[in-house]
Amino acid sequence: MTLLDDFFWRAIIAGLGVAVVAGPLGCFVVWRRMSYLGDTMAHSALLGIALGFFLNIDLMIGVFAVALVVALILFFFQRQKMLTNDAVLGTLSHASLAMGVLIISLMAWIRIDLMGYLFGDILAVSLIDLYWIYGGGILILVILLILWRPLLAITFDSELAQAEGISVLAVQLLFMLLIAAVIALSMKIIGILLVTSLLIIPVSAARSFSNTPEQMAFGGVLIGISSVIIGLFTSLYFDTPSGPSIVIAAVMFFFAVQILPFKQFKY
Amino acid sequence: MLTTVDNNVDEIGFEISNQTLIKSQSLSFLIGEKKILSEISLNISKEEIVTVIGPNGAGKTTLLRLLLGLIPASSGKIFRKQKLRIGYLPQRAVYNPVLPLSVRRLMNLTGNFSKIQIEASLDETGVKALKDKPVSQLSGGEYQRVMLARTLLRNPELLVLDEPVQGVDYMGESELYNLIGNLRKKLGCGVLMVSHNLHVVMASTDRVLCLNQHICCEGKPKDVTQHPEYLRMFGLKTTNTMAIYNHHHDHEHHFSGKFKKF
Repeated sequence: MTLLDDFFWRAIIAGLGVAVVAGPLGCFVVWRRMSYLGDTMAHSALLGIALGFFLNIDLMIGVFAVALVVALILFFFQRQKMLTNDAVLGTLSHASLAMGVLIISLMAWIRIDLMGYLFGDILAVSLIDLYWIYGGGILILVILLILWRPLLAITFDSELAQAEGISVLAVQLLFMLLIAAVIALSMKIIGILLVTSLLIIPVSAARSFSNTPEQMAFGGVLIGISSVIIGLFTSLYFDTPSGPSIVIAAVMFFFAVQILPFKQFKY
Repeated sequence: MLTTVDNNVDEIGFEISNQTLIKSQSLSFLIGEKKILSEISLNISKEEIVTVIGPNGAGKTTLLRLLLGLIPASSGKIFRKQKLRIGYLPQRAVYNPVLPLSVRRLMNLTGNFSKIQIEASLDETGVKALKDKPVSQLSGGEYQRVMLARTLLRNPELLVLDEPVQGVDYMGESELYNLIGNLRKKLGCGVLMVSHNLHVVMASTDRVLCLNQHICCEGKPKDVTQHPEYLRMFGLKTTNTMAIYNHHHDHEHHFSGKFKKF
């Protein structure tokens, strides 16, 4: 079989691309305690898919746009003091999920495999998706490389970073944009409901053997790649949905490193 | 001499000497209708240690954040020397242990400094031995010294320190203050410091600003500590040391946040 003609190898290559981007980006999601934000943006992806079908545009663009709007609304809400972030996130998360389901159910003329979008489908990755994932992925990594130092400084102490001349607002907005992009890119493989797991679980597993922020990012990439490979083969042979299969593989790494003694690592 | 600042300062020209690092005039900050700070006029010159003291909620940290440009003032003017290099030591934040950082890596967080520069700077604050330690394992005093060393890498003209001895044990406190005093001499930088610890601050400070939403009194430590406003603010807790402190304010504070003139 030629590689890219085969659905399975397309899924593998797409999954590897996504894992490489998710590692370094996921570090910041974990360090900055933003996993719930990622979740909220991911849940809004169903609304993005619905809009994508409705407007007949590429679904990734729909997902990216809606995730970005949700992030901006959240940004706006962070400036008021009446509600906590937590409550706003919960509201947005469910509002967008409900709207997505509603719009999809109203479009009776379209038959959508909802399970596939919610939990990932290895049959779903097209050649065009691969171009998106690799083109977009490289762009995300380049931007992240430029933002790496300022983002680390903001993560350590945002006021200190601002006092030292970093434009915190701009960096934070760009970071939101990157998360929205990576959610759009990895949605087909992992599924909407599980998409943030690839951002969070591999780097969390890598934490216990990392001495520097960079090691944690690389560790996250390695574990992410391994999880994708194991998960997709499981999905192929046992006919399970691809998203949960990848997530379970990552979770196994997560628990394995908790048990293994990493004495030489102390940071 | 002691200067008691009236709330209604006459509009004076914004004169800046070439010694001035930071100067504010009639600086006010409101949240909604609530006045957090009003009519703050101050001046910090080269090689001068200015300590801001005041009770909780007096607006000490807010004042620093205004002067640093982290939040916009509601009214008033701020002058900063052009391209002023500021070394900022925020109130100790809770360190997030998920971020794996060694002391050495922390020193390199925003800039690219050589190993020699980093070690020299850590040596300056007496914590060179900690260079490979994880940040999460530092004690309060060690952490503050490391953060101080970090600000030195930027060769600051003005050190801004928000409660630098917070979380530092009693012995470490005076050592840390000595260190700050020595650094001022060595680097020739100005120091703006916030503190609620009084007697130790007094020793190394050139000028004290007594803050409670506005500047209640200002002057040399020994003058300020004799001021009745100062006594009222800090009196009950440190009655014994208060005997030598005595001076006069022209107004008093109420719980409502308003103050009235005698």
